[in-house]
Amino acid sequence: MAFKGAIVVDTEKCKGCGVCVVNCPTQTIALAKKVNSKGYPYAYMENPDKCTGCGNCAIVCPDTVITVYKIKI
Amino acid sequence: MDINEIIKPENLVYPKSKVLTDTVMHYCPGCSHGVVHKLLAEVIEEMDIQDRTIGISPVGCAVFAYNYLDIDWQQAAHGRAPALATATKRLYPDKYVFAYQGDGDLASIGTAEIIHACNRGENIVVIFINNAIYGMTGGQMAPTTLIGMKTSTTPYGRKAELNGYPLKITELVAQLEGTCYVTRQAVENPANVRKTKKAIRKAFENSAQKKGTSFIEIVAACNSNWKMPPVEANKWMEDNMFPFYPLGDIKDR
Repeated sequence: MAFKGAIVVDTEKCKGCGVCVVNCPTQTIALAKKVNSKGYPYAYMENPDKCTGCGNCAIVCPDTVITVYKIKI
Repeated sequence: MDINEIIKPENLVYPKSKVLTDTVMHYCPGCSHGVVHKLLAEVIEEMDIQDRTIGISPVGCAVFAYNYLDIDWQQAAHGRAPALATATKRLYPDKYVFAYQGDGDLASIGTAEIIHACNRGENIVVIFINNAIYGMTGGQMAPTTLIGMKTSTTPYGRKAELNGYPLKITELVAQLEGTCYVTRQAVENPANVRKTKKAIRKAFENSAQKKGTSFIEIVAACNSNWKMPPVEANKWMEDNMFPFYPLGDIKDR
């Protein structure tokens, strides 16, 4: 059984700390080249195919901007 | 597979806790306070005690905690959160009361209050964020600052002969009869976050069972005042803070 996941980032609330990027076991997340209205480079799914929906990024996110979805395939 | 097929309400596995408000936290990017607020919110939601929880916010960076968690709050004078928590718990014995404090607040200015609250064995939960520095006021030396650590008041590093030794307040309160659960945790990676959440849940359950004071120290990073990027600060914490402040349960009965 495998899992496929996806995250939704509240880009306006993201402060671009990068803690989710280093804690993602599949290197799915990266910081965007663009910035939000506060000037922070927000987190986004750079490799959406790799996401397994483990939720590690959301667990360590200090601002709770990440929502995780997961399905069985 | 298309992402829009995954992002559906029935596939949601990690939503934002309903106890957290929509206010954007004023904390610096990567601050450990945000994670601890989230864990408190999740525990309060899971135990279904939102309407029976009273938090005591400290003086320090976490003073605005009352804006972020949708529960009842009191705001204490500097260091006096355990005293206010004592009063609140004694007036409302059926409520869950927790004091949320930083290291400058708890280990320096409020040493008397925390020692005596723990010694009396008040049925409260104490959350102690130890980032070894005064965060809000601009990075001055705290009692918990490590030897050799540079702060704005010890620019050449803390020296034991001049500034004394770092204070392990958690080991100190563990010796008191009134405490039932004393532990030290961290929130820099998913494994430690999960352990911290279990510790917070256990502390609230102890409070309901009237076992005594539960004291949770959380070793945290203050990247702004340590002058490091958030990820590097977490690494520095693992390398330098954890050897002196080892994680794990110190007392559990």
